[in-house]
Amino acid sequence: MSDITITERQAGDVTVLDLEGKVTIGEGSVELRTTIRRLLGEGKNKILLNLAGVGYIDSSGIGELVSSFTAVKKEGGTLKLLNLTQKIQDLLAITKLLTVFDTFDDEASALSSYN
Amino acid sequence: MSEIREITLPSRIESVEQAAASAEEFAKSRGYGDGVLFAIDLAVRESVANAINHGNKFDEEKKVELRLAESEQGLEITVRDYGAGFVVDEIPDPTNPENLLKTNGRGILFMNSFMDEVEWSNPPGGGLSVKMLKKL
Repeated sequence: MSDITITERQAGDVTVLDLEGKVTIGEGSVELRTTIRRLLGEGKNKILLNLAGVGYIDSSGIGELVSSFTAVKKEGGTLKLLNLTQKIQDLLAITKLLTVFDTFDDEASALSSYN
Repeated sequence: MSEIREITLPSRIESVEQAAASAEEFAKSRGYGDGVLFAIDLAVRESVANAINHGNKFDEEKKVELRLAESEQGLEITVRDYGAGFVVDEIPDPTNPENLLKTNGRGILFMNSFMDEVEWSNPPGGGLSVKMLKKL
């Protein structure tokens, strides 16, 4: 069984991915990568990752967030993060990635930031 | 009284979860709090993943050894692989602006950030060993 469940929904032209579970080395990271690549293939390049349900992320998962960010940017789009748990926030602070990602703690602000 | 747990794992991804579960059970049985549990979990996952991936390079003939030991100083975690080893000081700093968008290289940063002491060595018989201490 996969470590992560990714639910996709559309809010205007922004695709919101609700992540539930672990983004770690192995399946969790691979599933996120596959989903992002598929969305880009469908021309969806405004992507918001809702991390509220992510109980755990490791360095491999952080690497996958970076990889997704870069892949989306390369296609002229934007990937942003929503609802970081305190632990994820700490890990992004340690890695200085809070300077790279746009992060939000409410969905309405996150969605309006794409306009 | 000191407690020790030692497990040997094959070099495959599933071993990371197995190592983390064993460490969590050990740490919970010692009554550690959430902050310590998180630090131990992260350190074990990152060090075992490094050993499997960068050390043994997924060669299942080569094992990864995990040792958990409680002492007066705290909890000591040792992870050893049997790979070719690498020079830890040569790993680029992932927080340098030119490295921020690299997809790997953050595991050692997490180990250093969440553990109180991290010491690398090349044990007799080959491979690389990392000993980490979490003070309690």
